[in-house]
Amino acid sequence: MLLTDEEKRMRDGAEGEAVAAAMDLLIRYGEALGAERLVETRNVAGTMTQPSPAKRKLFEEGGWARAYAVINLDCDRDIEIPRMRVPTCQLQHGFDEDAAGLTPYPAQSIELQRDAESFYSERGVNILATCTPYQVGNLPVRGEHCAWMESSAVVYCNSVLGARTNCEGGASTGAASLTGKIPYWGNHLPENRFATDLIRADVPIDSFQDWGMFGYYVGEIVQEARPAVIGSLAQPDLADLKHFGAATATSGGVELYHLPGITPEAPTLEAAFGGGRIPEPVPYGERERRRVYETLNAQGTSTDVDFILLGCPHASLDQLAEVAHLLEGRRIHADTELWVMTPRALRTMADRNGYTRIITEAGGRVLTDSCPAMSKAAPPGTRVFATDSAKQAHYLPAILGIEAWFGTLAECIDAALTGVWRGGLR
Amino acid sequence: MIPEQDAATSAPLELRGRGIVPGVVEAEALVTREAISGFGGIDVATGTVIEPRHELFGVCFTGKVLVFPGAKGSSGWSGYFQSTRLMGTAPAAMVFDVLTTKAVLGAIVTRVPTVVEATPDPVETIRTGDLVRVDGDAGVVTILRRARGLAG
Repeated sequence: MLLTDEEKRMRDGAEGEAVAAAMDLLIRYGEALGAERLVETRNVAGTMTQPSPAKRKLFEEGGWARAYAVINLDCDRDIEIPRMRVPTCQLQHGFDEDAAGLTPYPAQSIELQRDAESFYSERGVNILATCTPYQVGNLPVRGEHCAWMESSAVVYCNSVLGARTNCEGGASTGAASLTGKIPYWGNHLPENRFATDLIRADVPIDSFQDWGMFGYYVGEIVQEARPAVIGSLAQPDLADLKHFGAATATSGGVELYHLPGITPEAPTLEAAFGGGRIPEPVPYGERERRRVYETLNAQGTSTDVDFILLGCPHASLDQLAEVAHLLEGRRIHADTELWVMTPRALRTMADRNGYTRIITEAGGRVLTDSCPAMSKAAPPGTRVFATDSAKQAHYLPAILGIEAWFGTLAECIDAALTGVWRGGLR
Repeated sequence: MIPEQDAATSAPLELRGRGIVPGVVEAEALVTREAISGFGGIDVATGTVIEPRHELFGVCFTGKVLVFPGAKGSSGWSGYFQSTRLMGTAPAAMVFDVLTTKAVLGAIVTRVPTVVEATPDPVETIRTGDLVRVDGDAGVVTILRRARGLAG
């Protein structure tokens, strides 16, 4: 791999041992990928603070510096961790104090994470603590080279924003933070950003639920490929595309899609394919829509719902407002818990606008930082949960061994008020 | 047809690809034709596949040469396999075909000899239980001995 003089100096230790370790990892990684060079990035979204048994052990052996060296740089030497060289944010992590005691999630993990936050924020890491950094202070511009983790954020970054990132990991983002470099490979190259597959919606995609189900179908069909999507698409908003992309990256591994006329790199269908051959579209009709719905709802039999989970990926301000509107003046069932996950910054807005008060007075909770899938914990005794998120419906039953219902926000609120699932495909 | 060496007369079968993590190891192969997921796909404490519908569901890969098409699922893939190294449950080597950032970074931080893009196709050629040598320096996988009772 071709290295600039600056990169060689970093590798050779001119910027200190941590930067040298970071450059060593990037060289090993770039060469294994077959990248010809590195590219500059000033936008890193990674993870450092999330507790895990392996991380706790490293922390106990040698503090956060040791944990960062091993996990985020793949380096076993005792090194000091300097301030991050380029803007870096922490994605979602474990539960914070607002969820203390609500689940079997250990209090020590909350403490450990708080301690990690102090260490990393002193080194310049913005603790956004969300899977949706693009909602709260990290909004890349079109063409910007990024080094992001979190599949739902990666697909939003590439597709909706037109910025460029691969699906990075804990070590590559850790190395990018200290060097401002990432391998110039995959989605960073313009020629790798054209669509490869075409999907056509023959049923109207005009609701949050339909965007999620359609995304789940698209991911299943194209797997790791790059779909262009056409057909009866209503104008989506942020929450719709947040749901759609997350679903494509759940049933498949989509990192980049195009909606001709909507997303920035596809003003036309022809542009989405870069002037190349446009394949025959794969249709998504009533039958496919029903099959996706039934797949997402094939994970349970009991209609006695005891947990409602909203905000996957983390809820937008509009979603919080809608939840508050539907719950205003009502009271959720005594045997049911309702949570809305959102970034801390948006909860501040929800507090200011009264949404938090309305949701809390109805018996629900507005929580931040994490989700039941990330923290592998739900309210004690949860057997059946309901959600409006295709991604959470996919993952949580496997992670927690519980049953799931997937439906609209209104159906989820109804289940919260009655304790009974009465949803159905309309 | 699976290419088959003649035990009496010819050299062991070699699969030639590209080594991306150096080192040489000999161990039994564990082969799957299905992509492997990290988050929600493996349990790092026991080194087993936990994805309910996966053909390796409940199977332990610790100490095995893991032969698989590639990685799928969340961006946590590399972190999950790195944790198997830290927990002492890692595979002995990796052999895969589809180059993604997840699988490549995962192999590097798991620090086990890794060969990619080998021919003939490893998942078609190697069988679970075969004794294989993975040479991550030379980019070669060698089938040293076929699993008993499966050949022919």
